[in-house]
Formats: sequence, C-alpha cells, structure tokens
Amino acid sequence: MKNGRFGEYGGQYIPETLMNEVTALEKAYEHYKNDLQFIAELDTLYRNYAGRPSLLYFAEKMTQDLGGAKIYLKREDLNHTGSHKINNVLGQALLAKKMGKTRVIAETGAGQHGVAIATAAALLGLECEIFMGEEDTERQSLNVYRMELLGAKVHTVTSGTKTLKDAVNETMREWTRRVSDTHYVLGSVMGPHPFPIIVRDLQSVISKEAREQILQCENKLPAAVIACVGGGSNAMGMFYHFIEDRDVKLIGCEAAGKGIYTPHHAATIAKGKKGVFHGMKSYFCQDENGQIAPVHSISAGLDYPGIGPEHAYLHKTRRAKYVPVTDEEAVSAFEYLAKTEGIICAIESAHAIAYVQKAARDFDKDESIIVCLSGRGDKDVAAIAKYRGVIIHEQN
Amino acid sequence: MNRIESAFKNGKAFIAFLTGGDPSLEKTEEFIFELERAGASLIELGIPFSDPIAEGEVIQAASVRALNAGTTVHGIFELVKRVRKKSKIPLAFLTYLNPVYYYGYDKFFAKCAEVGVDGIIIPDLPFEEQGELKAEAEKYGITLISLIAPTSSERVERIAKESKGFLYIVSSMGVTGVRSEITTDIEAIVKSIRAVSKTPAAVGFGISTPEQAAHFAEIADGVIVGSAIVRIIEKYGKDAGKEVYEYVRAMVSGL
Repeated sequence: MKNGRFGEYGGQYIPETLMNEVTALEKAYEHYKNDLQFIAELDTLYRNYAGRPSLLYFAEKMTQDLGGAKIYLKREDLNHTGSHKINNVLGQALLAKKMGKTRVIAETGAGQHGVAIATAAALLGLECEIFMGEEDTERQSLNVYRMELLGAKVHTVTSGTKTLKDAVNETMREWTRRVSDTHYVLGSVMGPHPFPIIVRDLQSVISKEAREQILQCENKLPAAVIACVGGGSNAMGMFYHFIEDRDVKLIGCEAAGKGIYTPHHAATIAKGKKGVFHGMKSYFCQDENGQIAPVHSISAGLDYPGIGPEHAYLHKTRRAKYVPVTDEEAVSAFEYLAKTEGIICAIESAHAIAYVQKAARDFDKDESIIVCLSGRGDKDVAAIAKYRGVIIHEQN
Repeated sequence: MNRIESAFKNGKAFIAFLTGGDPSLEKTEEFIFELERAGASLIELGIPFSDPIAEGEVIQAASVRALNAGTTVHGIFELVKRVRKKSKIPLAFLTYLNPVYYYGYDKFFAKCAEVGVDGIIIPDLPFEEQGELKAEAEKYGITLISLIAPTSSERVERIAKESKGFLYIVSSMGVTGVRSEITTDIEAIVKSIRAVSKTPAAVGFGISTPEQAAHFAEIADGVIVGSAIVRIIEKYGKDAGKEVYEYVRAMVSGL
C-alpha cells in the first residue's frame, strides 16, 4: 500500500469538492484506528450488539455429501441485521460520530448494507439517507420497508441502469451537495482511498476470528477460504488474515449471471478491463468505448460492474483466484444448502456455496476449507421462488 | 499564445458547454458555429460518459441522449476535425477519466493535437491524480485544466500555482445545474488564486441568467454556462440552433 494504492490499483479519482473531505477522513481514521477508546467501543458494539464472534460451523452433512474437504461455514448470516455488513457500518458510523458528523448517507444494492447502516444510525443517533436503484427497490421491497422502519429515508434512483452502480453515483452526487455534516458510509472495499482500507480493516474481523477458530478445530490452517465477490467486502474480510499464509488458497466467486459468454453477467475479473470509475482504478465491465456496461446478476448485491482495488491487486499478483458462478448454479446451491444443512443463505453467499459444490473433491479429506456465509437468505426467498416459477402470495 | 489563452485576451470570457452528439454530431457541429457566432470565447465540448458523477439531471440526460444516438469518442474527434476546417474557436473537452483511459492516454492526446482540441477538463481527476496523464497531455501540447471547489480552501494555492490555460471555479456545492442563488465567496477564491498565479479564472456551475453572468464576470475572468444551454437543446432538439444563438447572444452582451 502506497499513496492509497495497491500496486497500480486504487487512488482518489473524485471531484475536487470531495478532496478535502476524504483527506480529513483518512486523517481521522488513521487516528481512531489506534485509539484505545475507539477500539474498545467498537469491540463492545461487535460483542453486545452485532453478536460477534460469529460461529465457525462444521457443515458435516455437506462435507459427507460432497466427499472432499471438510467444509466450514463462517456464519456472518447470524450477525445482527443478517449479514457481514454490520461489521463495516458500526465502525464507520462510530468514526462519523467521532468526526462530528450528524448525518450518514449510503448506497445499497440488495438492501443488506442499507439495512445495516440504517440500524447503526438508529443506534448511534445519526440521521440516515439511503440511495437504492429502482430495480432493486422492486426486487427487495421488504428491505426498503425495513430501512424505513429503522428511521432512514430511502431515495429511489431512476438514473442509468437503476441498480447498484447508479445508487453509488447518486450517493456520491449527494455527498458533493452536502459534505460538512455528512459521512458517506461506503458499503464495500471500493471507492476512493481511504474507503477500501477502512472497509477491509473493519471486515477483517471475519478472518481474524476464523483463523483462530479453525486452528482450534483442526489444529492447522485451511487449504482454502472462499467467498462471493461483488465489490468484495466479505471476501476481503475473509481473505485478509490469510494473505500471508501462502499455502491457503483465496478464492472469490463472481456473479456470472446468465453466463460469461452472454452479455448478462457481472463477472468483472473474468470479463472486465482495467479502468477508472467510482474513485478507483480497478477492473470494470465496460464497452469498447470505455462506457460502463450494464451488468446482470440474480443477486442485487453482486450486480456491480467493478471490484475493489485490493482484489484487483490480489488477482494481478495471483495471490487470489476469481471464478465465475452463474445464476442457475447459485440458485441450485441456495436450495442445496437449505435442504442439506437447514440454512437459508443469501443468494450472494450461494455463489460461494456453488463453487464449493464443484470444487470440494479437489481437496483431500483431511484438508479443510472455509466458506464465508456472508448473509442470510430471507430477503431472497421471493426472488428464488419467482426464478423457479413459483408465485408466492404474501398478502391477502 | 495558444488558443485557450487567446480566449481571455479580449475582455471577459464566455465559455459555453454542450454535450457532443446531443441530439446528433451533425447538430453539435451546427450548434458550435451558432455559439461562436453569438460571441462565445471558448467551447467546452462534452464527451458523453455513461456515469457522469459530477453532473446534475440536465447534463446526465444529455449524455444519455448522446450515447443512445451512438456517439463515440472517435465520432467526436471527427466532429472536431470538421469544426476546425471552418473555425479557430478555442475548444476544450469535458469528459470523465475512463473513456480517456480506455482510449489510451498517448493515443488520445495525439488525436487531440491532430484534430485541433486545445484542452481538457476531467471532473474525476483531481490535482493529486493529474500525474496519471499529465506527461502525455504536455507531450502533445494539450492543456489540462484544473478545477477549484468551494471546499478547496488551502488547496486553492497549490492548484493555482501549477495551473495552465484557465482555472475552473466550481461556484457551488453539488453537481452541475441551474441555480437561483450562488452563495460561495467567489471573490475570496479569486483573491487566493491571483496571489499565486496569473492563470485566468472562470466561474461555472449554476449560472443561467445575464445578471449572474455579469456579476461573476466582474469578479473573475469569465463565466462558464452549461446546463442552461443544454436545457435549450433538450427543449428544441435539432431545431435548437437559433434559440441557442439568441440565448448566448444575450448572455454575452451582458458581460
């Protein structure tokens, strides 16, 4: 890491209006991340509010069924608000308060980050406004209502493709309108420096715990850790404390939508090209004129045309491997995990499960692998039913 | 003296923005000549980008119209080539970094020099990141124009010291778009600039009336008008030439 970059990736490609603000953010973060009181407050929130540490669960039936590596699930779905997003928002909301901010704004795709920040804002007494693409407000209407219940104002974004990238655009625009009392709580390891570092550090609690837990269970490190990747925050959190363990494979599962040989995917590493967007140099799905391409995934949380700069670096240096997983594979994995282990996981996380279904037998039976189960799947049930052609009537 | 410098030599500069390819490249060519005839000193030509994060709704919509009409970077270079056959008006591109990065910096600026583009403004390329393409821009003599915002405070001097062409003072917080009131202390910003630099400064974002234009032209060296012009193009489409001319004529005569 040098000048806010991982190799050539990262940077601060943002309007001049925001430059002093991100500089102030960097300074505040560098101070508070070493401030004992801040650390203690965050730790208390993690334990007493979010429910950390999260379980490392041995998926015995799945292990037997797949007949390969011992499969462990890092149960971020059991956190308060139902996903890993709470790790990031509690830290950023606390930091925002320390910086004297009274208002937070955020983008959301599936609504998991939106619900998480609305929750943190309610708890810490911050005003909260969420930007969500119109298409996502429709496929995740329950989460819209959740955010409103938590006291947040939800803005429907109708520009562009009306999904996550447009929600990020609109939140950035809003931040340039009103920056003095407002912190932008970016939801993933993306955007301009220092966001990719702040979010990674806050999410790295996942691998910090998982590394200790697996050593207790297995007395040795896992052969691989696996996570789904959109912007890449749960994956970065799952990878981080294993990066120096060179024998541990790091595998990120991207959304291949209807397939990477169709135009309907969000597989940034497989199909994207280097570019500069949303404040960072990284890989992006784009057309032959450098216009950001519309992307598709059944998962609103992975429906993003870019990937965080540290992932770009891990890819480039071959420390991590990124594999595409289709909608169909993810839906099958969603159903498989429900029936095999009695866990309804987020459709995002199901992308990682799908890869494990394919790859478990590539490992020996005495090896272990950890899958980050980034979120729970209640929010996805209606969409999966629709995908399978089942119509659910929730109201009379 | 290059063409951008010459834009500030005859009194206050009126800088007009329009999006290339809205509603078509042929019409953009015609509108550029109307702007010149109406007295614009410099044309800011927008290369449309799918995700223009510094733009308000008016220019976002223009970008969508231009992209839907099939506008490409190549097409815009061809447009400039045609304009240059008839006109010496100073021309600067306004676009986002990704289309330039994708085209390739060296190739992009070589092409700018070849067709006769004088400068470039990139809202998502702040001062600290200019090293990204500064060498290539300089190699081909293309002026990289910096922006200064209401929040720039101590950054103003740093940016002004290194500035070339002109400085684009962003009048207000937020994105581009017409505003009834501009409350930033532009005089203070201009004073900080003039303490360290001779580069002319022009004020943009939100200016639409002759009164606003005259007011800011008095404080600074010029004004930039974008959304108000694009709104006329949105309203009148391919027939906007005359309306654009009359609007800009009135704006320029007030300076």
